[in-house]
Amino acid sequence: MTISRRKFLEVAGIAGSALLVGGRKPAAAAGSAQAAQVGHAEKSGVEFYGMLVDTTKCIGCRSCEEACNEKNGLPKPEVSFSSDSVFEKKRDTTPEAFTVLNKYPNEKEPDKPIFVRKQCMHCNQPACATACLVKALEKTVEGPVKYNKDRCMGCRYCMVSCPFDAPKYEYNSNLPYLKKCVFCFDLVEKGEKPACVEACPEGASMFGKRRELIEIARQRIYQNPDKYHPYIYGEHEAGGTSMLFLSSVPVEKLDFRMNVGTTPYPEKTTGFLYAVPHIFILWPTFLYGLSYLTSQKNDKESEHGKE
Amino acid sequence: MGRNNTVAFPQAKSPTGADTVKGFFRFVLSELKPKGKILTPFNVISGMIILGGLILIVIRFAYGLGSITNLSQEYPWGIWIGFDVVTGVAFAGGAYTLCFVVHILNFKKYEPILKATVLNGFLAYCFYAGALLLDLGRPWNVVNPIIGNAFGYSSVLFLVAWHFLLYTICQFVEVFPAVTEWLYWPKVRKYAKLCTTGAVIFGITLSTLHQSGLGALFMMASNKIHPLWYSGNIPILFFVSSVFAGLSMVIAESSISHRVFRAQISPHHHASFNDIVLGMAKGALGALFAYFFLKMIDLIHGSHWSLINTPMGHWYLVEIIGGIVIPIILFTIAILKNNVRLVQFTAVITALGVIINRLNVSVIAFKWYLPNRYYPSWAEIWVTAAVICMEIWAFRWIVSRMPIVNEHPAFPEEETIHHKETEVVQWKVSAS
Ligand code: SF4
Ligand code: SF4
Repeated sequence: MTISRRKFLEVAGIAGSALLVGGRKPAAAAGSAQAAQVGHAEKSGVEFYGMLVDTTKCIGCRSCEEACNEKNGLPKPEVSFSSDSVFEKKRDTTPEAFTVLNKYPNEKEPDKPIFVRKQCMHCNQPACATACLVKALEKTVEGPVKYNKDRCMGCRYCMVSCPFDAPKYEYNSNLPYLKKCVFCFDLVEKGEKPACVEACPEGASMFGKRRELIEIARQRIYQNPDKYHPYIYGEHEAGGTSMLFLSSVPVEKLDFRMNVGTTPYPEKTTGFLYAVPHIFILWPTFLYGLSYLTSQKNDKESEHGKE
Repeated sequence: MGRNNTVAFPQAKSPTGADTVKGFFRFVLSELKPKGKILTPFNVISGMIILGGLILIVIRFAYGLGSITNLSQEYPWGIWIGFDVVTGVAFAGGAYTLCFVVHILNFKKYEPILKATVLNGFLAYCFYAGALLLDLGRPWNVVNPIIGNAFGYSSVLFLVAWHFLLYTICQFVEVFPAVTEWLYWPKVRKYAKLCTTGAVIFGITLSTLHQSGLGALFMMASNKIHPLWYSGNIPILFFVSSVFAGLSMVIAESSISHRVFRAQISPHHHASFNDIVLGMAKGALGALFAYFFLKMIDLIHGSHWSLINTPMGHWYLVEIIGGIVIPIILFTIAILKNNVRLVQFTAVITALGVIINRLNVSVIAFKWYLPNRYYPSWAEIWVTAAVICMEIWAFRWIVSRMPIVNEHPAFPEEETIHHKETEVVQWKVSAS
């Protein structure tokens, strides 16, 4: 008995130390606490960057799509970037296109259609990075959610978890990777703008500190109440995202997801993960006690039986 | 399966010779040969399924997941996860439930079926959770969360992956004594037996956590799973349902292997078999009741009544009535009438209900709003069937060689014999 108990405690200790820590992390997913996770403790004062997309300024030129394609070395699409024919259908991002524009009718000014960019939202507390069991997806201190492709095992749990269905997978490759916008994190780390913002001729996509972008967006809404629908998509969605959108019409008419809620997604599993260490301590104690009691009972009863 | 089931256990006086390295390999090699008739209908059909499955697996690794599966950007997980892993693991819940009853509660009555159940659980984890590797885009990276430089502590899947690994080891420790008996290693067996209690306690803890963890996996998919299935209680629901899923599987499985391996089963097991089945039915009934109330609390709490009268709501009713209410009624009747047949029949219905439930959460009610729904490709189903056949082959190979459904003549189970009479007395007392 002693051997098995000691062995058990040993194993429980090893596993426990791995799993006990498990309960702590998700809560520390926001803001500066994220720094510890990334390992840049010294950078913990850094504020999240973001991108404000003002759809009223977008002319649908697809320069952002083209810049993204080049920056990420993606295969050239069949239809050239100067063609408008892609707007006939609603498009989603693919493993070969990390950002796509879609065209929507404008009820306010029928001759000026609305173009909306669709891509990874770079959540403040990303579901995908919480879901990833090898930290292939990581929230950087600057804000971008980046991808370390060498760690990824291709479980696609990030795809199940992402409220915006942003990550895409290379199903037709025997050496597949996950594909999504990474906010040109290499450029952002150097203090530069993402390629798509750099390419935007109209200033419809704007790069900056997330907090400042929200200020700018609010200002635009206050100053032009007729032009803007008073809502900043991304300010609170899924706990807030780095991508922020302004539009002239209610955002639900532009296929923005309205069912994501405002709770940060990692919080949905914290309750469960918090319970893990408790169960790990209480269950074995309880089970051991119970087995001890029942075996005593049996012994006594067999003694009675003999009498 | 029509095999020749003469037991050929190495006798105490003629050891297997597996105590030297050379002898060990010679013995294992000689045991690898199939026993009994080879060309039975079961063998031919399952052999063809496995062969086809292996070909499909080669294609899958050569050309990627998209070549044989219907997975898409919208449906990252199909039946290889939803059925093989999520459902398979729920069915393997019988192992920890019975371990709890036998080792912790000391109801020795269930001991005769314990080894077979734990073996089944062990193989289920090896094969069904192993099928996970087929679904991974880069399966060789599966070691990363174990040895990797980056531990995703915050991930439920990280927890589940670790628990799968540790629990499979626990189950191996639990079946290991039978392996030592087969090899005739009495000394090793003595030490192996000492580890059992530790492995059992640790195993039950791990099971509690990863059975519920499998449910918690879907908690972040809150805006994708139909509200009738999504609830903050998914982890608890998965845990409770794994109890009756496991028990009904043990009932169904033991009824089959009771027939197939008839000749190997020890006589006192034959005698107590009906009693065991009825006892498990009572356990399953209790868990079903608890589960039903939890489900109802969810329904009332979420005030989803209005959703009932929609196509998905009707499907929900099929699951609740067919998979929970009817089994509750039938189990109750069967227990009152001591009807073992009815228990076995109900166990099958309960198991079907669990399959529907797990598939609902992971596949069917997942993105129920999309016009282009996922349905498995024939190749996905074929591979799943191949995995099941392989598991059955492995189970059969082990049971017809190692003392699983019986006791090794050289290693009688002292404890059982010691407790048997008192157990019977106890049961009579508690029954009256
Ligand atoms: S949108 Fe999805 S992929 Fe992008 S950061 Fe958020 S959870 Fe991750
Ligand atoms: S698919 Fe890759 S990036 Fe996504 S959760 Fe799995 S390991 Fe992480």
